[in-house]
Amino acid sequence: MLQYDFMQNAFAATFIVACVAGTIGYFMVLRGQTFAGHAMSHVGFAGATGAVLLGVSPLLGLTLFTMTAGLGIGLLGERAQGRDVAIGIVLSLSLGLGLLFLNFYTAFAGQATTLLFGNILGVGRSTLWLMLAIGLVALLALGAIARPLIFCSLQPELAEAKGVSPRAIGTVFMLLVSLAVAESVQVVGILLVFTLMVAPAATAMHLSSKITTAVALSVLLALAEAWLGLVLAYYTNWPTSFWITFIGAACYLMAWGLSRQLRTGR
Amino acid sequence: MTAISFKSVTLGHGRRRTLEKASFEVAPGDFIGLLGANGAGKTTLLRSLLGLLPPIEGAIEVMGSRPSRGNRRIGYVPQIHRAFSELHLIGRDLLVGSVAGLRFGWPFSIGADQRDVGRVLDLVEGTSLAQRPISSLSGGERQRLLIAQALLGRPSMLLLDEPLVSLDPNHQMGVVELVRRVQKEFGMTVVFSSHELTPLLGSIDGVLYLGHRSVALGAVDDVITAECLSRLYNAPIEVVRAGGRIFVVAAGEVRPGGHAHAPV
Ligand SMILES: Nc1ncnc2c1ncn2[C@@H]1O[C@H](COP(=O)(O)OP(=O)(O)OP(=O)(O)O)[C@@H](O)[C@H]1O
Ligand SMILES: [Mg+2]
Repeated sequence: MLQYDFMQNAFAATFIVACVAGTIGYFMVLRGQTFAGHAMSHVGFAGATGAVLLGVSPLLGLTLFTMTAGLGIGLLGERAQGRDVAIGIVLSLSLGLGLLFLNFYTAFAGQATTLLFGNILGVGRSTLWLMLAIGLVALLALGAIARPLIFCSLQPELAEAKGVSPRAIGTVFMLLVSLAVAESVQVVGILLVFTLMVAPAATAMHLSSKITTAVALSVLLALAEAWLGLVLAYYTNWPTSFWITFIGAACYLMAWGLSRQLRTGR
Repeated sequence: MTAISFKSVTLGHGRRRTLEKASFEVAPGDFIGLLGANGAGKTTLLRSLLGLLPPIEGAIEVMGSRPSRGNRRIGYVPQIHRAFSELHLIGRDLLVGSVAGLRFGWPFSIGADQRDVGRVLDLVEGTSLAQRPISSLSGGERQRLLIAQALLGRPSMLLLDEPLVSLDPNHQMGVVELVRRVQKEFGMTVVFSSHELTPLLGSIDGVLYLGHRSVALGAVDDVITAECLSRLYNAPIEVVRAGGRIFVVAAGEVRPGGHAHAPV
């Protein structure tokens, strides 16, 4: 199966996405911001369809829109009143806009399914390079802010008193989430971003109470899910995204059961 | 030099004032109990010392300078904690994270951080409980961990915001004695907020009593008196001492340990 170009690209692309989504997803779960990630991917829909309409790369449009959404959510801050409602309204608006854009460009009817559910087998070389660049930027930036980010995530009141700004760190982090979301959409699509960004991270969190171990586990799980999904899709001819969501849910259930067993067994 | 000095300070949020033109001074090395009912402004006062809330008017000095965010000489235990009950993390990582979190970049933690964490865990005899997931710790154990955290970086002042909440009397005593011990050992100034006086009796050097937007600072015997509290609340209050406890009596009600609800 590796003799095919599109399979090579798919394996490489899922590798990049697993590293980025597994790492950034862990912090997203730690901070309880999974809804923000979900919302960003939906906002990206308008960007991607708009880009298609303008004839530029959908990944570029998607990234631009998710980043704007990330910046907005970050600046709103954690405690802003009615924050989730505001996010929800912007999210629906962009889905609506995306629908409108698609309507103008009927030739791209198939584009909708691709964007919503992903089409990893359609990733070309140029997209792959762009994904690598975005992924590297996201991971390097995360490495730079990881220390204050962990502190702010766990004890924001204390961090603020110690002179760290939870607001600024949170905003930068939201930008990184937006990059990870844009990458994940390439594999599993807008509707299924959770499966790569949340499922492996939440599973890892059940399996280890050390941050470094959990992040590593989260990446490994995301990678295993994505690659196994690709292999199964190749042999069954079922959609890759389906397999990835299926494996993700199964892993989470098993980890949850395992950690419950350990806790009650003690 | 005073540890804390307030000169006709007004504090509040927006138009809501919690303190009006208050002046007092805390001497270095004192263990002060900060008392007051819910909403009296204990947290607000502590946040003003940390430079998180500028005074509306007046001047605050902490160890000789204006309060500034990120003062490394102050150790702090905030009142609100994120839902620690669902935190799948060990205590040691929480502490290391809070030292390492003051800097950017890589590697994650350096030897000096680890050594300081080891030191403060030894001080509170918490080395073994710091190996357990935080979600599995009891309230008293969590508080011990947070006090250890406040001791990181060898501060000369500790601000503790209601560390006794939801602890039983036995564990309350344990926490107070622990704070007293480290306070003596390092000669730190401590402001310890609580809405109960009883567990602090015998350990504190003075009380700072907040009520009705004003304060009274002094020895327990001078502040927790009918005269002083009546003046603070601007209403008749009686204080009854019995069996090592102090009862604040207001409008025919008896509440143990200076449970200071504003009498109406
Ligand atoms: N961020 C805020 N914005 C507006 N008002 C606030 C804010 N924080 C506190 N307040 C108000 O200031 C007053 C004092 O609050 P504070 O939290 O300082 O009281 P406290 O003595 O610490 O009470 P508790 O015992 O409940 O912790 C309260 O009336 C509260 O409603
Ligand atoms: Mg308070």
